[in-house]
Amino acid sequence: MPEPMGFYTDTTVCIGCKACEVACKSWNQLPATDGGCAGEMSGQSYDNTLKLDGTHWRHVKFIEQFSEDRSDGRWLMMSDVCKHCVQAPCLDVCPTGAIIRTEFDTVVIQGDTCNGCRLCIAACPFGVIDINPASNTAEKCTLCYDRLQVGMMPACAQACPTQSIQFGPIAELKQRARARVERLHVQGESRARLYGADDEFLGGLNSFYLLVDEPEVYGLPSKPVMPTRNLKPSAIWSTAAAAVVTLLGVLGLRQRRMEGVSAAREDEHA
Amino acid sequence: MPDVFFTSSPHWGAYIVLYFFVGGIAGGALFLAGLLHLSGRPEDRPAVRAGYGVALAGALLSGLLLTLDLTKPSRFWHMLFQSNTGAPLLKSWVPMSVGAWALLGFAAVALLAGLGALGEVRPDRWKRTAFLARGLPGGILAVLACGLGLFLAGYTGVLLAVTSRPVWAESNLVGALFLLSGVSTGIATLLLLRRRTGQLPITTDWLVRLDRRLLWLELVALATFLWSLRPVLDLWVGWAGAVLALGVVGAGIIAPLMLELRSTTRTGQISRAAVLVLVGGFLLRVAVVAVSSGVYSSGAGVAGR
Repeated sequence: MPEPMGFYTDTTVCIGCKACEVACKSWNQLPATDGGCAGEMSGQSYDNTLKLDGTHWRHVKFIEQFSEDRSDGRWLMMSDVCKHCVQAPCLDVCPTGAIIRTEFDTVVIQGDTCNGCRLCIAACPFGVIDINPASNTAEKCTLCYDRLQVGMMPACAQACPTQSIQFGPIAELKQRARARVERLHVQGESRARLYGADDEFLGGLNSFYLLVDEPEVYGLPSKPVMPTRNLKPSAIWSTAAAAVVTLLGVLGLRQRRMEGVSAAREDEHA
Repeated sequence: MPDVFFTSSPHWGAYIVLYFFVGGIAGGALFLAGLLHLSGRPEDRPAVRAGYGVALAGALLSGLLLTLDLTKPSRFWHMLFQSNTGAPLLKSWVPMSVGAWALLGFAAVALLAGLGALGEVRPDRWKRTAFLARGLPGGILAVLACGLGLFLAGYTGVLLAVTSRPVWAESNLVGALFLLSGVSTGIATLLLLRRRTGQLPITTDWLVRLDRRLLWLELVALATFLWSLRPVLDLWVGWAGAVLALGVVGAGIIAPLMLELRSTTRTGQISRAAVLVLVGGFLLRVAVVAVSSGVYSSGAGVAGR
């Protein structure tokens, strides 16, 4: 049994080259937006793909942090991807069993089983999944499952020129990431922190990040939760409503019966 | 910013809104038919038969709407069976999975009860199925009808709560709200069909009284639902909020309540109130689905400081 594999993304060395996006699209044969026709620029910094979806399994975010007079500032860049959660909400709620956990502890959607109900899209706390219009099924990063099966590394990690995206056994990646955080702290970057490297939420993320600001700044939820946490309280409230409706119905019928009896007695007396 | 704002919309649109509406009506109608079968009088039988008929039509339409909503409609059966082995597939903790099986059971109960009803009114042609409307078989079907009817009316709201989306995941009252609204719209449908189905005034009076109480309850549930959404209340500023305030509360709850309070005997007012309840029930689902669907992932872009 192979050990759990994943990504460690060090955002401090990302240069926003988008080689990962291109490599991902190339290997996975993902279609370009609008068939590759040059559309309008988004106006969102150097980002024109804007988000992860069914045809963008990698997405490089550009976050500009500048003072109002732009005399001081910095760029944050981050290559975003499916987090391959240890407790994956998409896998948990998929009603068809199309989403599976592989022998590498990664999460993969089986295209031939997915029927496009889109519950996984609504369940993912990171907004990772969407429908690929070419296949009409829900799609996302597979962590290059096909490459892993033959001993290759994922295309994005191989293409990354700065080693911002590192691939390997999760335990080893976590050691490397913690050492990097310590080094950054020593160098004075006190804001450096890991996101998803421990089991604080969703049992941990098999694709975790080194950030230098709050997760929300990078468009990441601070404490993502399993959507099924709402099942019990919602079911209890609905059951209570059902009990009240039944009670009102039965009491109404009883009241009607009593009124009928009273009317019959009055008729008898008359 | 709440964590739910970093998620993506599942693009649930017209088919799902219509399913939530039709499923609510069908669920309410099946529940009312079952209840009247168990605790009603012989004079209520026309309403019982109408309830089973509405439920069966609603179940068939619901199945069609759900199938059409899939991006791979030919794989609708993957909801019920494993695609590789054909073995039954049920995730008890996933409302969509349980709901698929419940809809199947719902349709079966509505069909059997409907056959029983046919045996009642057309004994010449459907004599063999008449036993389904009487005695133990009729009682068992009625108990199942009550349970499955209420489940179908409410589970869609629980399904929305078991996501990571804004509004839906932030309140546990959507299921209760949909259930109350579903039974209310079921009553409205039976009231609108009362002449065609030969419903007697004694049943109509009971339905109108019950609807009045349910509308009050729905108003309380809606207020509590909005109260539970205080942190994201500004999402309702816009057309979804206008639909909720004017369409659901104004036209769908207050107006029919006033009509029903004014008189329970004037047939024109009963029908008008019933139409308004149906409009309100539909708009409730439009507003709840739309208010969340309009929020897209904010996980990209420029964060100024």
